[in-house]
Parts: sequence; C-alpha cells; structure tokens
Amino acid sequence: MRMRLGTAALFVLPALVLFGVFILYPMVTAFSYAFFDWQGTSRGAFVGFKQFEALFTKPPFTTDLPRALLHNIVFFLATIVLQNSIGLGIASLLHSRASTRRALQTLFAVPYLVSPLVVGYLWSLLLSPAFGPVNTLLRKVGLESWALPWLGDPTTALPVVILISVWQWIGFPVLLYGAALGGIPEEFSEAARVDGARPSQIFRRIKLPLLLPAIGTVSVLTFIFAMEAFALPYAVGGSTGNPGGATDFLSLLFYRTAFDSGATDAIGTSSALATLLFVVIFGGALTATWVLRRQERRLLG
Amino acid sequence: MTATTTVPAAPAPSDPLRQPKAAGGGTTRRRGPGRVAASIILWGYAIVALLPLLIMVMSSLRTNMQLATDPLGLPTSPTFAAYRRAWTQGQFGAYFLNSLLVTIGAVALSTAVSTAAAYALARSNSRIMRVLEALFLSGLMLPIHLAVLPIFYLFDGVGLIDSRIGLILLYGAGGVPFSVFVLGAFFRQVPGELEEAAAIDGAGPWRVFTTIMIPLVRPALATVAVFRFVPIWNDFLFPLVLLRSDSKYTLPVGLSTFFGEHANDYSTIFAGLVITTLPLIALFAIATKQIVAGLTAGMSK
Repeated sequence: MRMRLGTAALFVLPALVLFGVFILYPMVTAFSYAFFDWQGTSRGAFVGFKQFEALFTKPPFTTDLPRALLHNIVFFLATIVLQNSIGLGIASLLHSRASTRRALQTLFAVPYLVSPLVVGYLWSLLLSPAFGPVNTLLRKVGLESWALPWLGDPTTALPVVILISVWQWIGFPVLLYGAALGGIPEEFSEAARVDGARPSQIFRRIKLPLLLPAIGTVSVLTFIFAMEAFALPYAVGGSTGNPGGATDFLSLLFYRTAFDSGATDAIGTSSALATLLFVVIFGGALTATWVLRRQERRLLG
Repeated sequence: MTATTTVPAAPAPSDPLRQPKAAGGGTTRRRGPGRVAASIILWGYAIVALLPLLIMVMSSLRTNMQLATDPLGLPTSPTFAAYRRAWTQGQFGAYFLNSLLVTIGAVALSTAVSTAAAYALARSNSRIMRVLEALFLSGLMLPIHLAVLPIFYLFDGVGLIDSRIGLILLYGAGGVPFSVFVLGAFFRQVPGELEEAAAIDGAGPWRVFTTIMIPLVRPALATVAVFRFVPIWNDFLFPLVLLRSDSKYTLPVGLSTFFGEHANDYSTIFAGLVITTLPLIALFAIATKQIVAGLTAGMSK
C-alpha cells in the first residue's frame, strides 16, 4: 500500500530533525572548522589548508602523527589477520557440530558485550607486573622469565593491546562466518567430493570464494573499528598512550589536541585532524567495499 | 555510502543460530581423533574467552589483602564489601542509574522515531523519500565520534553541556541509521493487504501504523532496541567530553575517574568493572537471539 508524500513526510520528520541536528550538522561543521583560524573559541579568517599543513610541519604532530598512524595501521593489519584466521578456523570447526554450535557461539560472543574501557582496565589489572594473575600463573608454572611487565614495556605493549582487542571481538567474525558457512548449500561440497576433491581443495576452491562477502564485511568493519579505537588504548595507556607513546592512536592524539593541549588554535588543528581521519576512514571503507564487490563479481561470475 | 547501494536483498537479518541443521550433519562430520582435537580447541577457546571475566567476578568478591598475597586464589570466603564501597563511596550507584536513564531514554527515542520513519520509507515510492533513506543509511558508516568538537559547541550553545538529556538526544540520533536500516527491511516484508483492508474500513495512516504495523514488526523492534543498548551503555568519549559534574557521570566515565584516583584499591575496581558489565551480561542472557541478529545484520551491508 502506498502512502501519500505529505503523510510520509510527517512520519519521517522526527527522525530527520533528530538526525539532522545532532549528527549531520555537527559532522558538516566539523569539516568547516578545519579551514578557519581559531583563537580559543572565536573563529577567525578563512585560512584554507593551513591547519592541515600544521599537522605535518609543527610539533608535536611531526612526531606524534606518523607514530599514531603507524600504530593504527599495525593494529588494523594484525587484527584483520588474526580475526579472519582464528574466526574462520573456529567457525569451520563449529560448523560440523550441530549440537554444541549454539552454546559455543554464545560463549565466544560474551567478551564483545563488555565495554572496551572495562576490557582495558581488566587486562591492565590481570597483566599487572607484581600482583597480576597472569604473571603469578607464569611464575607458578616455572616460566619466570615470561613474567614481564606486558603493558609497561614499549616493545610488548602494542602487541598485547592487539591481542586484547582480538580476544574481545572474535565472537563477531565467528558469528558472521558461521552464518555464511551455513548459507553454502551442502550439495556444492558433496559434488566436489564425488569428483575427488580433497577437503583442503573444497575449502579453498568452493567455500572461501563463497565466504568472500562475509570476509569483506568483517574486514571493512574492522578497518573502521581499528581507525577509531579509543576507549581500549585510553584504559590501557591513558590519553598519552603510555608507555612512552607505545600505545598512542590517532583518536587519542585527536582527543589530546582538542581537549588537553590548551593551545589557542586547538579547535582548528584538531578539526583538521578529525577531517583527515574521516577521509581515511570513509574513503578507506568505500574503496575496500568497491574492490571487494569487484572481486566477488569476478569470482562468482 | 555503500549501505545505500544495497538495501538488503534478504531483508530479515539472518539468524546463524537457526541455520539448517542439515549443513552440520552427515558427511562433513569428522570422527575419531580429529573430532576430539576440534572439541579440545573449541572448549579451550571458550575458557580463554570467559576466564578473564570469571577472574574479574571472583576478584571482586575478595579483599585487597587476599588479592595482593594470592592473586590467583578463589573467593573461599566471598565478601560483598567491595560492592558496598563501590556503590556508595565510589558512587557507582549514581553512575549506574545515570547509565540506565541515558541508555533507556536514548534507545526509546531512536526506536520510536526510526520506526515511524522506516514505515514511511517502506511505503512511499517518492524520490524524496529515496534520498532521505540514502541519507539515513549513510550514517551507518559515519564515524560520529569525530564530530565531538562541533557537538560540544552545539551543546554549549543550547545549554546541553553537562546534561543527561543532551546525551539521550545525541545517542537517540546516532541510533537512527541502524534502526531505520533493520526496521525498513522488516516493513518491506509485510504485505500491503492488511493495511488496505484497514484503510477501506476507515482507519487513518497513524491508526494503521500503531495498531497493525507495530505489532507485526515487534521482533525487529526487539532486535533494534537490544542491539542499540550495548554501544550506548559502553560509550566513553561522549560522556567524557560532554558531562562535567560527577553526579551525572555514566558508568564508563565514573569508572575511569575512580580508576585514576584509587588505582590500588583492586577489589573495589573489580567490583566497579562487574557493576558496569553485569547489566549487559543479563541482557545477553535474556535476549541472545536479538543481539546475535543485530550482529549479523551488518552482513547485508
């Protein structure tokens, strides 16, 4: 049944006003802020790309920005590799057991519910050098040399943050890949088996291409998530990414610039940083989706 | 804006927990050592997923002295003293109520406005409505945290800084894209005959909507409400920036303040972590299906 335009407009109006005022309008102004000069909260002249230049020429950005960006990229790449391989592995193992699949999927998804901030504080307590259960356990089983200050050492801090994050989110790829595997008709594998294909061939040649849309979805969402990571690193290393900036991320840098720096042009530079981040996230997600769609079409004909 | 290009082909979010049983049984079932190894891996991973959370709960039931002398010990004589300290002195009681108020308010707001909007979008074929729908769905991938600075000044201008109402409006708006996305797909599945019959009987659009359509999409409403609950409850950046007074803090901000000031009061921190997490675990226990459906709704993006 069709609705008249006037009636439909009335139904849509509340959502439109809410979304427009609190999401779209701030989002658009966020960009505009980046192109002006700022003295505290008063806006000065239009300065073009000057604020963006500052991000690449002025301290602390010359050191902090490349470092944070590198951490975000490492975080994304490591997460995507681990999540896809572990997630796909677990989902495949679960696929062959109808009776316990549901219970196990549910258990794996529990950490997803927990706030990233809680997860960060929890693991920093679990991994605390002196009183942490993890190091106590390592000492008890004779791995004294492994009882390291995991989050206090710049060399181990970032890898540990990555592992914590994977631990938290693994339930998501497990669920998605489980659903995708369930959607592949059993006849496909059956036919291949009759033709003499080995299990590894069936996985690589039949299941993997059919899983590509799900892998694409997980990858794109992981990208957005990894570029925005804030609460977990904040809980683990504070707003400065301790120890020594080893867990600094772009969103922390943005937060520091906007709210902690006290610089007179904080609004301008932090908005430029936000705009840059937005372009990377949105552009990256769009490009990835586009590439994946093409791959899918090519593989599936 | 990938989401706009493919309004879901298969509208109902697929439920991986109810995939056809046949897929799991039969010839793919591995027997013997392989299956045992798979069981060990799967249940082993279940322990990895849950043990940290279990330690969190156990530690909250022990005293600081016990935690310092034997970090791995069990709560042999459990005490709720840490919860009493957290709830009153630590103000987690107030934080808890604030979180509850903000989250429920925001979920109710975004579900209400999105249901009306999604219905109109599904029942109107006007080009304006297609544009509006694309606008809403573009928000699915929008990193709205990057707009925190303009949101701050917008709130500052209208007196919504340090206001729980402000957070409700903001999160309510942030929930519109996902809710419109899921509900729109559901409304499209409902055949038009019921509404036509009601219209012939003289019912206006609003009556048709409230008495016929809303009851029909109740499962989708549950999915949307439950699934939106989790990120709002857990959100950290917005309350961190937009709230000022201690008495209005939500749990994540309260937790970070407490952690900063009482870093050595382990058992109370553990109790605070549990208080922050427990409502979500409870929600998951009673609404597993909705949360899983919400997680996999992203598949069709």
